[in-house]
Amino acid sequence: MTFASIMHLVGLAGAPQRAFGSLLNATGDAIPLTPRWWMPESASTFSHEVDRAFAVIYWLDVIFFLLIIGAMAFFTFAYRRKRADQRTSPVKGSHSLEIAWSVIPGLFLLVFFGMGFVTYMDMQVPPADSMHIRVTGQKWNWGFEYPEQGIKLSSADGLVVPSNTPVRLTLTSVDVLHSFFIPDFRTKKDAVPSRYTSLWFEAKRPGEYQIYCTEYCGDDHSRMTSKVIAMEPAAFREWVADKKNASASLTPVERGQQLWTTQGCAGCHSIDGSALIGPSLKGKYGAQESLADGSSVLVDDDYIRESILAPNAKIVAGFAGQMPPYVGRLQDDEISALIDYIKTLK
Amino acid sequence: MSATTGDLASTHGHGEESYLTAKSGIASWLLTVDHKRIGIMYLGAILSFFMIGGLIALAFRLELATAQPDLFSGNVYNRLFTLHGAIMVFLVLVPSIPASLGNFVLPLMLGAKDVAFPKLNLLSFHIYIVGALFLVYTLLSGGVETGWTFYTPYSSTTDSSVVSALLGAFILGFSSILTGINFIVTIHKMRAPGLTWARLPLFVWASYSTSMIQVLATPVIAITLFLLVFERTMGIGIFDPALGGDPVLFQHFFWFYSHPVVYVMILPAFGVISETVSINSRKHIFGYSAIAASSIAIAAIGFLVWGHHMFVSGQSDMAGTIFSLITFGVAVPTAIKVFSWVATMYKGSIELNTVMLYTLSFLFIFAIGGLTGLFLATLAVDVHMHDTYFVVAHFHYVMMGGTLMGFIAGIHHWWPKITGRMYPEGPAKIGAWLVFIGFNLTFFTQFVAGSRGMPRRYHEYAPEFEIWQFWSTVGSFVLAAGLFLTLGYLLWSLKGGAKAPRNPWGAKSLEWQTESPPIEHNFHAQVICRTGPYDFEEIDHSKA
Repeated sequence: MTFASIMHLVGLAGAPQRAFGSLLNATGDAIPLTPRWWMPESASTFSHEVDRAFAVIYWLDVIFFLLIIGAMAFFTFAYRRKRADQRTSPVKGSHSLEIAWSVIPGLFLLVFFGMGFVTYMDMQVPPADSMHIRVTGQKWNWGFEYPEQGIKLSSADGLVVPSNTPVRLTLTSVDVLHSFFIPDFRTKKDAVPSRYTSLWFEAKRPGEYQIYCTEYCGDDHSRMTSKVIAMEPAAFREWVADKKNASASLTPVERGQQLWTTQGCAGCHSIDGSALIGPSLKGKYGAQESLADGSSVLVDDDYIRESILAPNAKIVAGFAGQMPPYVGRLQDDEISALIDYIKTLK
Repeated sequence: MSATTGDLASTHGHGEESYLTAKSGIASWLLTVDHKRIGIMYLGAILSFFMIGGLIALAFRLELATAQPDLFSGNVYNRLFTLHGAIMVFLVLVPSIPASLGNFVLPLMLGAKDVAFPKLNLLSFHIYIVGALFLVYTLLSGGVETGWTFYTPYSSTTDSSVVSALLGAFILGFSSILTGINFIVTIHKMRAPGLTWARLPLFVWASYSTSMIQVLATPVIAITLFLLVFERTMGIGIFDPALGGDPVLFQHFFWFYSHPVVYVMILPAFGVISETVSINSRKHIFGYSAIAASSIAIAAIGFLVWGHHMFVSGQSDMAGTIFSLITFGVAVPTAIKVFSWVATMYKGSIELNTVMLYTLSFLFIFAIGGLTGLFLATLAVDVHMHDTYFVVAHFHYVMMGGTLMGFIAGIHHWWPKITGRMYPEGPAKIGAWLVFIGFNLTFFTQFVAGSRGMPRRYHEYAPEFEIWQFWSTVGSFVLAAGLFLTLGYLLWSLKGGAKAPRNPWGAKSLEWQTESPPIEHNFHAQVICRTGPYDFEEIDHSKA
């Protein structure tokens, strides 16, 4: 049960927003923003709100810091020891001062909490008419699946979305934790295996925005990046139509090649003979492969199928078994298309 | 604190050897039950591991000086930052001040002969060494690349030496618990006559709060790490979803300990600063009871904020909101402390020696560390900052800047008592400035890299962040130069330093009433405490 739904149940829906919102509108825009170099581009509908909360805290922090350090520096200078046997003031405390410096910062802290809460709720609750995309994290690729449009993309393609349109992402992972971070949109959420999490955003204008993985996930964590590609809604509709036409007329090999990138195979397996996280598949079909247990196996359709569905059953010598099993994630015709593509890698 | 030992020393004490020379031989150290010798062995071990953890950091700072991978593969880089974190947290920061300085000065401050359970104290040190050996074994057997947080299911499934690292951290927990129990009992039962709770030095109050957290929180991490060992060795599904477990449950368990434990690291530093700011201002601490009570408040509230490490983990919005609110609640007692320390300097008589330089450094750095925490407690802003370099900078300002400035201030403050020698002020001040400048250059740049979006634990990164990372690397070498200079003159002073008097700083607490270095049993006779620890000579207004 979310906080918003509880507030709704007790008849207070929107109350904190009203209380803190008016406070924000009264002061928010009057506060000069922080120096430009603190934050990246502000490109989503709520990123300005986040920056405003940042700015309010920033300037109050600066004031408190100058007060503390200013007093410290002044006292250090003004009350330097003058004689070795110098005696000092009998001041041991002041209840009124202590109450003041507990209550006044306490009030500021409540304002910070309120600002953070109101904006957080905006960031957590997607508009009802949001477009839906599924995001799957896997070492070290983001898979993007458009259930309404029937399109699948990968990190290399980028996450193509329409601008000025709310987009809701449902995140999950097939192996370890990942976290989906778009700095320019000020949003982030962990992708957790066996569980769905979600985030939403609305790009204010067309453009390309960086995506990072921010939950540590192993060797190529720092390469698990992609881009949001925001297009004008009309251009997006055109892109969807093109994408559909193109995939409808694909041969099995072309389809396999597309799956090769969208399913993240290319992240770990090269097609040029160089070893990455996993073995290259160049010229492998029909050859003998030596395995970690000392035996060898003929690379045929069955072996490739087994290696996709249960990768740890037969591990190639010299590699660690890092690949997630694809059982339940690929249809039979998709596996066949992949095998057809792998056959062409001479 | 005026005490009667002075007179008694002249009648009983002549010719009694100091604790350093009373016995000799390796066994007289390794099997000692003297809290002072145990404190010194801890100090040696902790500083050695601090050097190893620091050298590892220098290695990956070199890698991070440029955006491209230059020196290490991702795999090696991941092992380096994991070892850096695990060594610094489990072997350095958690035991740092309590186990070394606490062991040495706490009984002296109480006017006691030793801690309540001297043999338990030795056992705690031996357990520490065993735990440390497990981590050394982990390093030698190829290392571990899970991050010091051991997040599942990565740690459930990777094939590196996770089990030995987990067992090491598990064993170190027992050392921590035993020290905590020992301190609690010692503070309750071993205080000298006249040393009431209201006369306890604030370092003792801080140690008391710290010990409470150690005893209450450490069993949780011990169980959690052990469950993970079960999962890995026997395939029992607890955290790994592939076995039917829940990876987010691990985060709850882990932070239920690891958030309170940041207060285990920082509260003792608060205690040191309360002593050094008062003594070097020769002025009664401002708001004694507020500082003492705020230590307890921080320790108590600190148990209820763990969820702020999980704002983007998928925990419910309701939980996130409550954790955010309670987290702001910790800021109030922390602010009270900072204000009180600054107010203590008002109308004091301030001696700007090295100890005071580190004390002022602490205030500067901790103020930044604390104030930047407010961004992270704020839900909407944390979503952006989470797992970026902003967080890395924040916790280094608090943990390394805060704890370490307090630790170094404390080492210098009690160095004359521990070694019987004065450290040389000239080189020490140069060292303090290098540490201050180097630290701020290293970590302030990381705030900017982080708020601009650079994720943590990246070994290669976008070129736009290079300028911040490059200067951070430069800063880390300035910091290292300052720390090596400090190590150098401290070692030199063991032979070359001036002989220390009993009470070089004009302090009032009991540890300064005995010789420097103290005799084996600390005091020649029962100490009786007659005044508070901060009752310095005041201006007599009746004559003015």
